[in-house]
Amino acid sequence: MEELLDSVVLEKPVSTPIAGFDVERIREDFPILQTRVHGNPLVYLDNAATSQKPQAVIDAISNYYSGENANIHRGVHYLSELATRKYEETREKVRDLINAKSIREIVFVRGTTEAINLVSSTYGRENIRAGDEIIISNMEHHSNIVPWQLLCESIGAKLKVIPINDDGEIIFDEYLKLLNDKTKLVAVVHTSNSLGTINPVQQIISGAHAHDVPVLLDGAQAVPHQKINVQDLDCDFFAFSSHKFFGPTGVGVLFAKEDLLEKMPPYEGGGEMITSVTFEKTTYNELPHKFEAGTPNIAGVVALGKAIDYVSEIGYENIHRHEVELLKYATEELSSIKSLRLIGTAAKKAPVISFTLDNIHPHDMGTILDRQGIAVRTGHHCTQPVMERFNVPATTRASFAFYNTKEEIDRLVEGIHHGLNLFN
Amino acid sequence: MEDLRELYQEVILDHNRNPKNFKKLENASHTSEGYNPLCGDRINLYLQIEDDRIKDISFVGSGCAISKASSSVMTGELKGKSLAEAKELFKKFQGIITGKTEADLTGLDKLSVFAGVREFPVRVKCAALAWHTMLEAIENGTEAISTE
Ligand SMILES: Cc1ncc(COP(=O)(O)O)c(C=O)c1O
Repeated sequence: MEELLDSVVLEKPVSTPIAGFDVERIREDFPILQTRVHGNPLVYLDNAATSQKPQAVIDAISNYYSGENANIHRGVHYLSELATRKYEETREKVRDLINAKSIREIVFVRGTTEAINLVSSTYGRENIRAGDEIIISNMEHHSNIVPWQLLCESIGAKLKVIPINDDGEIIFDEYLKLLNDKTKLVAVVHTSNSLGTINPVQQIISGAHAHDVPVLLDGAQAVPHQKINVQDLDCDFFAFSSHKFFGPTGVGVLFAKEDLLEKMPPYEGGGEMITSVTFEKTTYNELPHKFEAGTPNIAGVVALGKAIDYVSEIGYENIHRHEVELLKYATEELSSIKSLRLIGTAAKKAPVISFTLDNIHPHDMGTILDRQGIAVRTGHHCTQPVMERFNVPATTRASFAFYNTKEEIDRLVEGIHHGLNLFN
Repeated sequence: MEDLRELYQEVILDHNRNPKNFKKLENASHTSEGYNPLCGDRINLYLQIEDDRIKDISFVGSGCAISKASSSVMTGELKGKSLAEAKELFKKFQGIITGKTEADLTGLDKLSVFAGVREFPVRVKCAALAWHTMLEAIENGTEAISTE
């Protein structure tokens, strides 16, 4: 019997190389991935918090300030025209990235958080009344909870929450039951940052539209991993952040259908968002400028354009294939640790793995991994209702990007074992 | 990796596994709840104070090894101490975990096991949570406090 067992060759799965996708080559584009932390090569597995930036993005910021800097949309001089063109080129790249119909539907903001707040304080205030209902889910990031709570409190509307099952998936029948005549908006996360769940957004949107209810998608964790097509989805609002998409911090995008934007009141008042101002009356600028008051983060927007170029060059298909392998490998390897419990086991997942360990608090595990150069996130990940749902105070989360490797997953697993030994 | 062993000393791991005074005090005169939103550490502290002296002290809660061990050690150290002595000990403990004061540590062996925390700045809050909660309980009795 023993002989028989011995003869079974235990082999680690060998990754099949993806044509045109060389992860080692790609890693060279990210200077931070070459650094060491606490004496060990960095293993960066906190991509859901923020991604790292390729050299092209870093250079774009420096190049902008070295050779292109001027204020936009207001000068006739060379640099102002150049800066304006670069800024507007990114708007077109974003339009193409998510396949919006028109650049008039692309509004630059500071991030996902501001995009959602913009919708709540303009569309929300204009269209939602006392007694109305807004539907969110149990797995929302705080940034897709609090703005709606604030709105509900101030106007006397109600927040309804779609429950999730033990795998961390939306219970779709319960969602359909929540939809009624009082529902004025559905705001849900496309891909959960703490569970990795990819929600059935297409069906969620069809369900809402059957009641003439618009849908906002929090796409912060979707855009780094998969092609988004807002026209196919027919979603009404879509928000994401540049910094989770290999671009700089301080820039985000709100997509909204043009007819909705037309009817929405401005968000902030100031320069840029007007066509004429007298003390009696102000005429607002055309879309999307009506929603971009003041001097924006021009360098950031220009650099986001580079991030989009970079991702397009690698291609979502390659990214997807590589990340599916990473997720599968990491799930298998982590599941082999006996005292480990996965939090979030949805059938459709992005490469995000949350877990707890029987006798080690996530915060301790985070420190132990950090000392080995492994960056993970520990805590509630700004999704406290998810933690409550799974009855855990916090989790440890490893979240991957296309530049991560199986070797790094091995280091994570080794690192966890080191912690288990330390605590025994 | 040596500093990990320095942080997670055997004594600390023991206290984490089998915390002392880990229960609710039914006849507490002062209580307080401490919360560290960064990592979700939560502690409920119970004190029975008579004539400005801590007659009994206990805690319940969930948290990382550092915060749990620190709560366990603190409750052991403070039993029988006067309020003034408790505050004085907190000051010395802060010196130990931040490494900022070279206070006289004679007789503070039990608290000194937390000296490794100073190499881990983000964990200082974990070690101090119980003590902040104690101070809050003494001064205000019931309101929840936070280290953020
Ligand atoms: C799902 C989700 N929504 C919203 C946000 C907020 O994004 P930002 O902080 O860039 O505004 C995050 C970021 O943590 C997120 O993961």
